[in-house]
Amino acid sequence: MKLSTFKSAGKFSLLLLTIVVSAMLLVGCAGEEKKDDAGEKAETATPTQITLKLAMDADPVSLDPQVQLSGGMLQLSHMVYDSLVRYDQDMNFVPRLATKWERIDDRTMRFHLREGVKFHSGNDFTAEDVVFSLNRLKRSEDFKGLFEPFTGAEIVDAHTVDLITKDPYGLVLNMATYIFPLDKKFYTGTDEKGKPKDMILKTDYSFANVNESGTGPFTVTSREQGVKLVLTRFADYWDKTGNIDKIVFTPIKNDATRVAALLSGDVDFIMPVPPQDLERIQSTDGLQLVTMSGSRLISYQLNGERNPALADPKVRLAMAYAYDNHGVVDKIMKGFATAAGQMSPRGYVGHVEELAPRFDLDKAKALMAESGFPNGFEATMIAPNNRYVNDEKISEAFVSMMSKIGIKISLKTMPKAQYWDQYDAQVADIQMLGWHADTEDSGNFYEFLSMCRNAETGYGQYNSGNYCNARVDELTIAAQTETDTDKRAAMCKEVEKIQYDEAGYIPLHWQNLSWASKDNMNTSEVVNVMNFPYFGDLIVK
Amino acid sequence: MFAFTVKRILQAVMVMLIISFIGFAIKHNFGDPVRDLVGERVTPAERAAMRDKLGLNDPFMVQYVRFLGNAMHGDLGQSYFFKKPAAHVIVKKAPATLELVFCAALLIIVLSVPLGIYAAIKPKSWFSRCIMGTSIIGVSMPVFLTAILLIYIFSVELHWLPSFGRGETVRILGWWDTGLLTLDGLKHLIMPSIALSSIMLPLFIRLIRSEMMEVLETEYVKYAWAKGVKPSRVWLIHAFKNTLLPVITVGGVQLGIMVAFTILTETVFQWQGMGSMFIESVERSDTSLMVAYLVFVGIIFVLVNTLVDIIYGLVNPTVRVAGRK
Repeated sequence: MKLSTFKSAGKFSLLLLTIVVSAMLLVGCAGEEKKDDAGEKAETATPTQITLKLAMDADPVSLDPQVQLSGGMLQLSHMVYDSLVRYDQDMNFVPRLATKWERIDDRTMRFHLREGVKFHSGNDFTAEDVVFSLNRLKRSEDFKGLFEPFTGAEIVDAHTVDLITKDPYGLVLNMATYIFPLDKKFYTGTDEKGKPKDMILKTDYSFANVNESGTGPFTVTSREQGVKLVLTRFADYWDKTGNIDKIVFTPIKNDATRVAALLSGDVDFIMPVPPQDLERIQSTDGLQLVTMSGSRLISYQLNGERNPALADPKVRLAMAYAYDNHGVVDKIMKGFATAAGQMSPRGYVGHVEELAPRFDLDKAKALMAESGFPNGFEATMIAPNNRYVNDEKISEAFVSMMSKIGIKISLKTMPKAQYWDQYDAQVADIQMLGWHADTEDSGNFYEFLSMCRNAETGYGQYNSGNYCNARVDELTIAAQTETDTDKRAAMCKEVEKIQYDEAGYIPLHWQNLSWASKDNMNTSEVVNVMNFPYFGDLIVK
Repeated sequence: MFAFTVKRILQAVMVMLIISFIGFAIKHNFGDPVRDLVGERVTPAERAAMRDKLGLNDPFMVQYVRFLGNAMHGDLGQSYFFKKPAAHVIVKKAPATLELVFCAALLIIVLSVPLGIYAAIKPKSWFSRCIMGTSIIGVSMPVFLTAILLIYIFSVELHWLPSFGRGETVRILGWWDTGLLTLDGLKHLIMPSIALSSIMLPLFIRLIRSEMMEVLETEYVKYAWAKGVKPSRVWLIHAFKNTLLPVITVGGVQLGIMVAFTILTETVFQWQGMGSMFIESVERSDTSLMVAYLVFVGIIFVLVNTLVDIIYGLVNPTVRVAGRK
């Protein structure tokens, strides 16, 4: 009985297997034929198409450029949309949709818009679209903070628009790099689900999350979120610099896989390059590596409110002297970072050349002996372990460096998903923070990291060290409304100087940026410190 | 039999409740998904307002009961990153994983049976020693290392096979995107399937070998030899068939481990299935999607195991007796 059941089951499974295998063979052949057809068609129809196969570590969360302020979104914005002005490699402002601009008065900046520009939908680009876009930015949860100083935009004529601020404001052009005009006609009205097309929504369907009409160099042909994004050159684009017809963008999270994809020729361009593979790419024929000093500052904040020892200026200074910035950059970051003695990287208005890292162990020991804690003390510390490059290793090095001057630190590291709650709650005496100024301006560092914490105004929101200096606050606030560039720079430089002398926090380094591509393209000309490659300008020889 | 089935289904429901509860407890203590949804500049007050809107500030039990209620209607929550229902996202990603598991399983079956049998029949030959030696390496090498080695040899050095992704896919049945029907898709499948099978294949070879060797020592095989039955018949019909039952049992259990390894394989090969989706949802604190995945995989496991148990009950009378107790 048992045997026969088994026998028939065996026969049945054998039959099933035969069917499956023969079906697979059949469809396999069919698939091959189909593929050949497609291949031939592609070859005959468009022989001169230049396609860029691109791989990055992150992908844009939406097609709506105003839904989230993040690197991935801004990278997409520079492909599909176009800003009023943008930065060149030396951080100067260059015209894009605005051809020139002038200051009318303290509070008004006039932008003259490029004529004959079309949106992907076919609509003409006018001043109305700028007004629409600015108003929408002021509604966006992520951008409204940045655009808070603006009262709005006023139309002068179809191709002239005034941006008006509440008070005199020195960063109007910095903010204009974030204004990627949206197509007013396209985003007005209601979609087929009966929802307004201009709705900004982070976690659910919205028309703008899945549809786009920008003026940028590329239109979105197809998008499968997290898998693949295909962009095609917009035929009516006004700027004819680049020659890429199509971009096939694939997010590849795993560092080794991303590098292998480039080395094997499956993709043409990757970013970022993991530090351990820089040499390999540099030494491979047919590939080029471009690196640049970045503007994200990694630092430790010392909380004197939690731990009285950290409130002692001599102790803080001793710690700054005991930390070997260059050593960490060389050994742990493999040279892939720039040692920092201050917040502002080179190119920012507040950068002071003389404020270099100061590693001097003897001086540090002497300072500790002079301080109120000659025998050292104990402190707690937290750091993320998957947020910044080598964050955990750097923190371990910091702990061992501090032990040399008698400071015993107990370190706890955790994934970023858990880190920020702990960071906000200030659970440790020393906390790690990486910060990139999204205004590309020194003032942003001070407003968020240096000013005295104030829950009402939001100043000092990321100042978990509770560093507080009235002069820093005064200068930072004054700099906000200063439109004279030289005067502003002097204020920002003074802030850096104060913080350096007081060792308000421990600066480590600015993370470098890296891109790698085949060597038949002008990669070094399209990348920049903000890490928004201008793919519209990419030329493949 | 009816009582046994009902009992088994009740057990399955209990297991699902426990899985969902654990998954939800993890979600609750995991971190703040809002952090990944907003820029650094957004004030704590606005983040709190967003959390409120998403119902993340409610007490744990309120959230859990709401989740259960929605789950009854097939709603496993909303993926914050994909901006779509989580169940929808998972179903969309399932074909990639299932095809990968299918190919790896096929590879395991096709290779482990002949190799295992051979190693059992001729345990002392040099080829058998080779098989056993290699299988030790296979078992002890982590999947991601195997995967990266494969990529470096066949993609970077030899340029034979594509290094990542699924390649060209074709849509069948309206929603299932398959890579099995295109040459490009099949090429992309080769290395991930090998990597995924690399742990299980040696295990099965060794299992078949040892089971088979045991069976070859039994009285009825010796009797068959004595009767003068052809060797091929003794090996395949008399011996191997009786080796199969334990192998199938173990195979069912191993299916679960296979799902765990798809996570690693998919991550390395940028294979857009449920595994890499899960890892990314963890990185992004897309907690709803995370829980939905745990529940979804839980359902598959419970379904398969329940089905297997019920079928066993039908086939094997001793199990049925045990169930009646």
